[in-house]
Amino acid sequence: MRLSEMKEGQTGKVMQVGGNSVLRRRIFEMGIVKGAELYIEKYAPLKDPLELIVKGYHISLRVEEASQISVEKVE
Amino acid sequence: MTQPAPITIALTGNPNSGKTTIFNNITGTRQKVGNWPGVTVSKKEGLIHKFGHDLKIVDLPGTYSLTPFSIEEIIARNYILDEQPDVVIDIIDSSNLERSLYLATQLRELDCKVLFALNMEDVARARGIKIDVQKLVELLDVPVVFTVGNKNEGIDPLLKTAIELSLSGREPPKRRRVKYSKDIEAAIAKLQSVLQDKVSASFPYNFRWTAIKLIEDDKIIKERICEKVADYCRMILTETQLLRKNLSERYDDDPEIVMTGERYGFIAGIIKEVQTTSARQRIDLSRNIDLFLTNRFLGFPIFIFFIWAMFQLTFTVGAYPMDWIEWGVGRTGAVFATLLPDGLIKDLLVNGIIAGVGSVIIFLPNILILFFCIAIFEDTGYMARAAFLMDKIMHLIGLHGKSFIPMLMGFGCNVPAIMAARTLESEKDRILTILITPFMSCSARLPVYIVLAGAFFAGNAGSVIFLIYLTGILLSIITGRLFRSTLLRGADAPFVMELPPYRVPMLKSLLIHMWDRSKMFLKKMAGIILIGSIVVWTLSAFPRNISFSRDYTAEIQALKASYVDRIHAAADSEKKQLLLERDAALTGILKAKNAERAEQSYMGRIGKVFAPVFAPLGIDWRGSVALLTGFIAKEIVVSTMGILYGAGEEPEALQGALSSSGMTPLAAFAMMTFVLLYVPCLATVAAIRRETGSAKWTIVSIVYSTLLAWVMAFIVYQGGSLIGLN
Repeated sequence: MRLSEMKEGQTGKVMQVGGNSVLRRRIFEMGIVKGAELYIEKYAPLKDPLELIVKGYHISLRVEEASQISVEKVE
Repeated sequence: MTQPAPITIALTGNPNSGKTTIFNNITGTRQKVGNWPGVTVSKKEGLIHKFGHDLKIVDLPGTYSLTPFSIEEIIARNYILDEQPDVVIDIIDSSNLERSLYLATQLRELDCKVLFALNMEDVARARGIKIDVQKLVELLDVPVVFTVGNKNEGIDPLLKTAIELSLSGREPPKRRRVKYSKDIEAAIAKLQSVLQDKVSASFPYNFRWTAIKLIEDDKIIKERICEKVADYCRMILTETQLLRKNLSERYDDDPEIVMTGERYGFIAGIIKEVQTTSARQRIDLSRNIDLFLTNRFLGFPIFIFFIWAMFQLTFTVGAYPMDWIEWGVGRTGAVFATLLPDGLIKDLLVNGIIAGVGSVIIFLPNILILFFCIAIFEDTGYMARAAFLMDKIMHLIGLHGKSFIPMLMGFGCNVPAIMAARTLESEKDRILTILITPFMSCSARLPVYIVLAGAFFAGNAGSVIFLIYLTGILLSIITGRLFRSTLLRGADAPFVMELPPYRVPMLKSLLIHMWDRSKMFLKKMAGIILIGSIVVWTLSAFPRNISFSRDYTAEIQALKASYVDRIHAAADSEKKQLLLERDAALTGILKAKNAERAEQSYMGRIGKVFAPVFAPLGIDWRGSVALLTGFIAKEIVVSTMGILYGAGEEPEALQGALSSSGMTPLAAFAMMTFVLLYVPCLATVAAIRRETGSAKWTIVSIVYSTLLAWVMAFIVYQGGSLIGLN
């Protein structure tokens, strides 16, 4: 499923990152690499962007960017 | 004996790693702040003497990586490549070791002498993270020093190690670097041998690193190769292209993406060895604060409250020191006025320079307070949350969430607002924000609206002024979309942004922040305003000998003479009344004289030349002159109109004079529209020039806003006339 489809409080494991090369590389450099676990901390009050916890730090992404990341839900 | 050159130490690290705090601790007040050439990222340097050596400390911009995407990354990398500092200190946030090591591995590839400062280890320990430093030193073959920046701990050992490292003849270690997978390593080796063959030994960069960057399709390195070895440029690039193509097929992905993944793989291996995280559940204060500050329901009200508080502080509290400065400027003018003999020099000094520079220096308290508030927002980490909250709305205009703060500040004063656009990382976002900020109607434009709306829309003045503000906001949105789809086209910069943990700001750092920015305002603005004031003064003070249509001197004498007898004859109780009457009559004559002088001055003549341009907007030559002088500062529009309509500076008198001058309400509205939109003021233009760093964008801004002002005022006046609104 896409990262943008996940709900607050869920955790996903990164399967693949799409999008243009600049965006992908930025996302990778911030530690969102294949296999990394992402915790959905919250969505902004206007539902965009969203806040993730990766490797212990907080990152915000636009929903549009999050829809490029496919994840596998971790129970 | 000549003094040995200072040892250059560059500080690098992730944003929010505590780098700036360490820099401030090392250098204290001995900092020199400038700009990196051609860009608006500030460059900080400090020269100190420690342990018997002169040390030059350079604070490189905070980056997550050395991939040349953002200006900061390009600056940091170019500095290390081209200036070749003696030592690079990489400041690592211990609680974010894994991500910090990404930059660290890139530094290791760069072939420079690097040293790690493990910063804020206390925070990491509190979070249950333990780092085995011995292992880390061994695995990466790099000296490591512990520091706690905000407690000023570990700074001396850090500098000592840096000095030792720079003096040791030790070559940067070749081992313990990221090793990529077999095919990539083969490609690197191939390219490396081509480079070694074809490129002379004087080639300044490490061959392995250059080969890696070529395979990553690094545009800057490709250009550099062609500059340095033009002969083999094509051959090397063709070879690179071929290798990249093979690798892409092999991995079914771009090589740079594969390599980023492999670097993280290498880091994961190190992390497994050196870091242990105890599973104990921690109470995360920062997260709890965030549950409140970015709460679905409370987030916006709190944000609005903070912004409101910032405005209150800036403009209400700032009003007191503004009064003092105004008083001081007035006194200075008065002192010079009494000291100097009447004449050109006095007029230039008092009415030109002191009045002109005084009108700008008055904003200093506002700017200091505003920048202090912004420094608090930035240093606590709230700025990132503000961007998080506002991004959705700002994104509709094609902007970043962080653009909101500068735009909002524009309602106060455009100058600090444009300077606040510095907080935006992407250059496109920054330029667009700078271009649309002037449409936020600043407080200096308000007096013009008050006079015009008061005179022509008495009962509805408030609504009319609100409508003007709204027009500004709407046009900024339209302009944003327009520029995004034309001059500033291109994909939006990724919003990927860290939300750093909340921190208690340090006063020292807040003050340094505030002063850096305010100093720039003073330096640059004062120079330009000084020149501008002299020009406007010259245009309105010359030519000196005007042949007046009436003999004002004779009239004044006659008037005085006629009152002398009457006052003499009058009873004591009536004398006061008569004196007032006489003064009023005198002021009337003087106002008429000033109006005529203004009309005949060069400024007045220029105004008349421009009058046909403004005629379709319903603005007469007097309005044209007022608008021209308003280029210096919008407040001047009111005082110029006061002189030209022979009404003096009191708003009521001017309103009366305007109403009886034949100006229609529609023309007044057109003029307000024009004032809202055209070039804000000289100080703003100077700020735009400075912050965009480009004459082109400055001209675009001036031309676009003035054209838009004309077109909108034209639509208002002609359109209104057409539907019979006049």
